Amino acid sequence: MTTDDRIDTARRALLDPGEISEGVVSGQLARLTGTDIDTGELFFQVCRDESWTLEDGAVKGGSFSVDRGVGVRAISGEKTGFAYAEDIGPLALGRATDAARSIARTGHGRAPVLTPARTPARYADVDPLTAAPEGDKVALLSRIDAFARGLDPRVSEVTVRISMSRETNLVVATDGTLSGDARPLSRFDVSVIAEQDGRRERGFGGGGGRFDTGWLMDGDAADGYAREAVRMALLNLDAVDAPAGTFPVVLGPGWPGVLLHEAVGHGLEGDFNRKGTSAFAGRLGEKVASPLCTVVDDATLPDRRGSLSVDDEGTPGQRTVLIENGRLVGYLQDKHNARLMGVASTGNGRRQSFAHLPMPRMTNTFMLAGDSDPREIIESVDKGVYAVSFGGGQVDITSGKFVFSATEAYLIDKGKVGPPIRGATLIGNGPEVMAQVSMVGNDLELDGGVGVCGKEGQTVPVGVGQPTLRIDGITVGGTSA
Amino acid sequence: MNGPGREGPGVDLARGEGARGEEQGDLAASLKDLVAGILDEAKRQGANAAEVSAGDSTGLVVSVRKGELETVEFTNDRGFGITVYVGARKGSASTSDAGPEAVRETVRAAINIAKFTEEDPCNGLADAELMARALPDLDLDHPWQVDVPRATERALEAEAAALAQDSRIVNSEGANVATHRGYHVYGNSHGFIEASSGTRHSTGCSVIAEDAGGMQRDHWYTVSRDPEDLENPVDVGREAARRALARLGRRPVATGSYPVLFAPTEAGGLIGNLLAAISGGVLYRNASYLVGSLGRQAAAPGITLVEEPHRRKGLGSAAHDGDGVATRAKAFVDDGVVASYILGSYSARRLGMTTTGNAGGVFNLDLKAEMRPPEALMRDMGTGLLVNGLIGQGVNLVTGDYSRGASGIWVEDGEPRHPVDEVTIAGKLDDMFKGIVGCGDDIDRRGNIHTGSLLIREMTVAN
Repeated sequence: MTTDDRIDTARRALLDPGEISEGVVSGQLARLTGTDIDTGELFFQVCRDESWTLEDGAVKGGSFSVDRGVGVRAISGEKTGFAYAEDIGPLALGRATDAARSIARTGHGRAPVLTPARTPARYADVDPLTAAPEGDKVALLSRIDAFARGLDPRVSEVTVRISMSRETNLVVATDGTLSGDARPLSRFDVSVIAEQDGRRERGFGGGGGRFDTGWLMDGDAADGYAREAVRMALLNLDAVDAPAGTFPVVLGPGWPGVLLHEAVGHGLEGDFNRKGTSAFAGRLGEKVASPLCTVVDDATLPDRRGSLSVDDEGTPGQRTVLIENGRLVGYLQDKHNARLMGVASTGNGRRQSFAHLPMPRMTNTFMLAGDSDPREIIESVDKGVYAVSFGGGQVDITSGKFVFSATEAYLIDKGKVGPPIRGATLIGNGPEVMAQVSMVGNDLELDGGVGVCGKEGQTVPVGVGQPTLRIDGITVGGTSA
Repeated sequence: MNGPGREGPGVDLARGEGARGEEQGDLAASLKDLVAGILDEAKRQGANAAEVSAGDSTGLVVSVRKGELETVEFTNDRGFGITVYVGARKGSASTSDAGPEAVRETVRAAINIAKFTEEDPCNGLADAELMARALPDLDLDHPWQVDVPRATERALEAEAAALAQDSRIVNSEGANVATHRGYHVYGNSHGFIEASSGTRHSTGCSVIAEDAGGMQRDHWYTVSRDPEDLENPVDVGREAARRALARLGRRPVATGSYPVLFAPTEAGGLIGNLLAAISGGVLYRNASYLVGSLGRQAAAPGITLVEEPHRRKGLGSAAHDGDGVATRAKAFVDDGVVASYILGSYSARRLGMTTTGNAGGVFNLDLKAEMRPPEALMRDMGTGLLVNGLIGQGVNLVTGDYSRGASGIWVEDGEPRHPVDEVTIAGKLDDMFKGIVGCGDDIDRRGNIHTGSLLIREMTVAN
């Protein structure tokens, strides 16, 4: 799908129904132009979501939603005025523009010449909601339920969910930006509880990306997620108490890359660094991690959950190197923070919806492969923890401290993987922990496509990834002191 | 101090609210009409029962940073959601659009979903006789006639007070003033349609303190239904600064088992974990460590958790729950024993019980116990950790395993000694709640759960 096709699709979906002509759009942009206003922007969006959930052996619920609206933003120096309307018509649009531009003295400038930024599509223009008939989706959920229960008699509860969305947006701005995008997203989740001798444990499996539901309907991917969920729940039935204290920790490949999302990713977002509130502020060019670490944010990967053909400000998605061989080389920027810091946007301007302001956000963030054999990394640890799956994490970007909570982890004893341990939170300080990365595997993997990132109340889909790596010391929050 | 907001041409919420005031009755009436129309459409399209929730809210959020206006956001959220029942099948749909075409399409989408779901005898509206009939005046609607310049000034006052507190307050994440007013209508095909309106206002401030050990941030906020009840912005700023400063100079502690005192700001979340574990959804899925706990001990004797949904001006107050069922005062935990689960009508049927009027959660929860000053709890604790910050998820309701990142103050011989950061606290929820050995009288009343400090006999602190 070309840039022009994407813009045409977005126009048809967003402007035509409310009879918003090009004249209306340029008229509003002209009203967002003036000596006091640096940038004015209209963000039109419609998002359709559908989901089906199976629990207790039956598909008992499903939901569908359509959210449509336009967000209007005016920026004057460091000031931002923002308003939105859930009715995409000339009247409501005019009112939103009035409110947004009220932060500045305004004239009535000239409408810009809009120029589409040419950029390749990072995903196909497909509609995950209509790709398969409803009956097939429901049948898939029932099949997976039976499959999961058939794997082991100890499986006592199974919840299966399929969710699909298609977002279409159109961005026009006084700097001449014109972009359109149609973003598919689909996801499949299996959650099970296994029970044995009165003890219950949970396991999860799932994945997704920017494609339709063909990947679930046509192959055995869904079976794999069920197998994974059951395996994890059964394994945890035998888990022993996790240790408490500081230990060497080996993180498995893929989803444990949530480490990078928390330990460095958020701290490198442009807004925090412009304001000097991040532990990484003012450290460009400095060593912030061990020389084994090269970390990138890459929106251009085909079909990944965090990928973007263009971001929510009309800037093409791109690959940005954040840390190169341990040295801090880049921040993640949206237009507003980039302008105030005198750099270019890195295509990381994202927003949850038209009703939210864009901010610098991650896309797919991961560490590049090193050259250690993953087995040697485990064998290098005398007493420690091997963590392969996590529930999620959080960071305080000012102090740099971050946590992430293991949902599948094992003790390492004399270089051998031992018994599984109960879920425990790991806590450390971003720059300090990154300096302690002493081995990086040759087995880079990206996560399966289930990441959701929250910042200032806004959530966006993201990806993470990493090879197996060793951290020499990090606090493990178990109960066995 | 002159905020740049003063120079604007003055599109402000006060003007919007003024117009709103005159239209108040009209808006509630038109939302009721909308809901009635949607219910009719559902019936026309073949639903034998349906329920609709519709809202319309407006708001203003003004943020300042380092003495300058930073953002002015005008919020305006509308939309409705419908659940239809076709026989014992169920489908749901929602939209931000309330035009006639969107109504027809959204109802059609919900009916279509219902066609593909399986029959569930627990589906359906709550029983008609449980609908809220008498609607008490909860006194929740207190519009704030604050315009952008005045909101800016108030936020600047809060931030200035924080920045002036101490030279170690080196940076600011800013301060904000927010006001929201919302109308909500719930209706179902029992013929029950009720409107409510409410306001919510707040002032918050977040600042950064720094010393040789690095930067630490903290925040404070005040929130209320009535602007008259908000804390003074200067006090908000000072408290934010005091809290950030108190985090400077952290020192490590030895990994081990210690008593842990949860500050009121963190204790509410801990009680929230207990409430989540006795909520219908996790109970009928067998996804709680408190499955089958009704009538059993789940917390230390002396601990009582009561709900008071009709409290005037309460942030969590509501006359009816998400099913239209009348809310009522009751205890969930009485003297440490689970006295009631937290149920909506669906989860109640799943468990073979009766709804407790809690579809959507609890409405104003108070912890009642013998309460003492936090200093007395610290003396009781002797040596241990006072936790005033938590980070991460780390709570597994299925197993009751608890392991979270924590920061706080190290206490020795009953006296605060030094800040602690980047540690974890871990334990079993069941042991923790049964091991509550003291409750503070320093109650934080800002959230839906009101509790003071809570002293837990023992947890593992790792560093």
